[in-house]
Amino acid sequence: MDGALSSRPSACPACSAAPSAEQLAAAQAPKDARLFLSLPTIHCAACIAAVERALNATPCVHEARVNLTLKRVAVEADPEVTAEDLIAVLAGIGYEAHELDPSVIAATATDRAGRDILMRIAVSGFAMANVMILSVAVWSGASDATRDMFHWISAMIALPAIGFAAQPFFRSALAVLKHGRLNMDVPISLAILLAASMSLYETAQSGQHAYFDAALSLTFFLLAGRYLDHRTRAIARSAAEELAALEVPRALRRRADGTEETVPIAQIAVGNTVLVKPGARVPVDGVVAEGQSEIDRSLLTGETLPAFAGPGMALSAGEVNLTGPLAVTVTAAGEDSSLHRMADLVAVAESARNRYTSLADRAARVYAPGVHLLALAAFIAWLWISGGDVRLALNIAVAVLIITCPCALGLAVPAVTTAASGRLFKRGMLIKDGTALERLAEVDTVVFDKTGTLTMGTPELTNLADHPRRTLEIAAALAGASNHPLARALAAAAQGAGIRPASVTELQEVPGHGVQARLAGETVQFGRAAWVGAETGTQTAAWLRIGQGAPVAFTFSDSPRPGAEEAVARLHAQGLAIKLVSGDAPSPVADLAARLGIDDWTAEALPEDKAAQVAALADQGHRVLMVGDGLNDTAALAAAHVSISPASALDAARVASDIVLLGNDMAPLGEVVDTARRATRRIHENFSISALYNLIAVPIALVGLATPLAAALAMSASSITVSLNALRLR
Amino acid sequence: MEILAYLIPISLFLGGLGLGAFFWALRTRQFDDPEGDKHRILSEEWDDHPRP
Repeated sequence: MDGALSSRPSACPACSAAPSAEQLAAAQAPKDARLFLSLPTIHCAACIAAVERALNATPCVHEARVNLTLKRVAVEADPEVTAEDLIAVLAGIGYEAHELDPSVIAATATDRAGRDILMRIAVSGFAMANVMILSVAVWSGASDATRDMFHWISAMIALPAIGFAAQPFFRSALAVLKHGRLNMDVPISLAILLAASMSLYETAQSGQHAYFDAALSLTFFLLAGRYLDHRTRAIARSAAEELAALEVPRALRRRADGTEETVPIAQIAVGNTVLVKPGARVPVDGVVAEGQSEIDRSLLTGETLPAFAGPGMALSAGEVNLTGPLAVTVTAAGEDSSLHRMADLVAVAESARNRYTSLADRAARVYAPGVHLLALAAFIAWLWISGGDVRLALNIAVAVLIITCPCALGLAVPAVTTAASGRLFKRGMLIKDGTALERLAEVDTVVFDKTGTLTMGTPELTNLADHPRRTLEIAAALAGASNHPLARALAAAAQGAGIRPASVTELQEVPGHGVQARLAGETVQFGRAAWVGAETGTQTAAWLRIGQGAPVAFTFSDSPRPGAEEAVARLHAQGLAIKLVSGDAPSPVADLAARLGIDDWTAEALPEDKAAQVAALADQGHRVLMVGDGLNDTAALAAAHVSISPASALDAARVASDIVLLGNDMAPLGEVVDTARRATRRIHENFSISALYNLIAVPIALVGLATPLAAALAMSASSITVSLNALRLR
Repeated sequence: MEILAYLIPISLFLGGLGLGAFFWALRTRQFDDPEGDKHRILSEEWDDHPRP
């Protein structure tokens, strides 16, 4: 870390000078900084206290408040305080912290929609309980004036409560009716409105039956279903946003006078010079102006072999700089960069997927017209039977509407998705899309990407045993000096084998080539094949040359992700066809395929090839689950029937996928299809259960024997059964 | 049955009180961090006097 970051004072002297100065500074500050840090390791009361105490003791910090549920801390501080300062403070007391992009998480910080639904649930629950108490008196035989009084009180409670609580249904029903379509909210709204107005009329006529309690419990149960649905989505969304917020879009720009500044990527313009440090991701498209390094393009192309980068070479946003600092002249930024173009591709593919109709919508399409026709038929039939008694006919029609009202149907889907998402979340899978589970249940083919998905994207030394101890000691000494992934892998492997590095002098890293040093008067080099004078092979390798001796190769393979083998085996056992499509060279792909037991593999696939393969499979009538992480997978991810990406994936890939695998372990993938299938089965069962209730209740309503008590019983019983059935998934 | 004239308003008032309390809790964001609040009661900070 040099330049802009460390040149900024970590504490402002003005503030610590005197308390009065601090207050003055706070009062005059143009706008206080509001910073969010993610704290993945906090878990207890002591952690909260330690973090808050440390941050509050930091100069210029006004207030720090930990949120343990979201595992983050919100800090109000003077504008000159940066996240790096606070991260350093927390690192000092032993807590890992990451900066979060406030603009990305702002949406989840206030869950307005959730609070709105909760408020309505509370009102409808309060009203329902009170009206129920009054209704019990009526059901148990209150008559005449007492009954009328109870009905009037019920009306006074119920009508305003319905007017407030049932608004989401009315709004949604109105919206679809305007487009000439039907959804589940249309029969719901109609039943609630008709029940309320019919009951009001009956009360005014001192009639026997009022359905205020039914209208309210309908509202209450359906709102509960809606809240479950909202919670599931909100949890998924906030976790997904947190992943996105972890990548704060910033770049290090070189000013005209040669100094450096950190600026948001949005402010980078074509022609600027951007500095990319070793280990950092290239933020924009550009051409290398100065410096030499190696570039990891695996996220873009799937190649595991790092490429050499020198002046004049074109870089794309998303590549990772490995060894030496680079200065890059920007050729495309923001909207024009290759990252953005890929994101546009995803948007096109996504709109195609949005055409998928969920089970609930399909059920509503059959159910809503059926219910309305049935109620209408009952009305006409009774009008004819009773010889023109409109009040009786209307009463029966309303009873039919209330009894058939999709109370259980409204809970059938959200209760199951909540249970299933909760189960998968506990195992480290994040369901981002509401219909993802339904689509997943239909899958018959799984297409995997290799680098970064089935493998960790980190190399592993394969020929440690082939080298004499002395060679390994020298190699370990050289490798220890570099941050290059291959060098790190070698150093780790040597340490694991108990090899102590030899002592060398004049150790220096030659960016883009390797490391060299002096040992007993001889030059030793460890690096790229061409640099040490060896033939470049097909396998990932680093070479060691001692003096003028022949170079020796250290070969590496990409280590498979933990649990990958298990996941593949389990998916196989469930009768799914498995394919491996990679942008990498044939030999590493073949190796991994053999190791995981995948027969069907393709290597050197371009991004378009991947998407085309997925599309071709879809044309043959297959439903494809795509699992991938790189930019080269995004088009395929979006084109697939359903898609999964690991949390380490590029932002664009995560956005394009329906499910995100949160941990490093791949094993949960083995059960995801199974869970999805079981969830869909539960949804179908729930539909059957509510249909069964209707089968019994509708004839009773049709012959005019339904009472408010019967309606209340049928409604609660079916809602509870459906919820319990959903809980079996947990 | 005159007692109903008292009991019904009283029960409605008490229920309304509960509803009001819930509204207040929602509006003042008492449910934002249930996990943290659960642990905060174990901390000894601010045991003697509320946070200023």
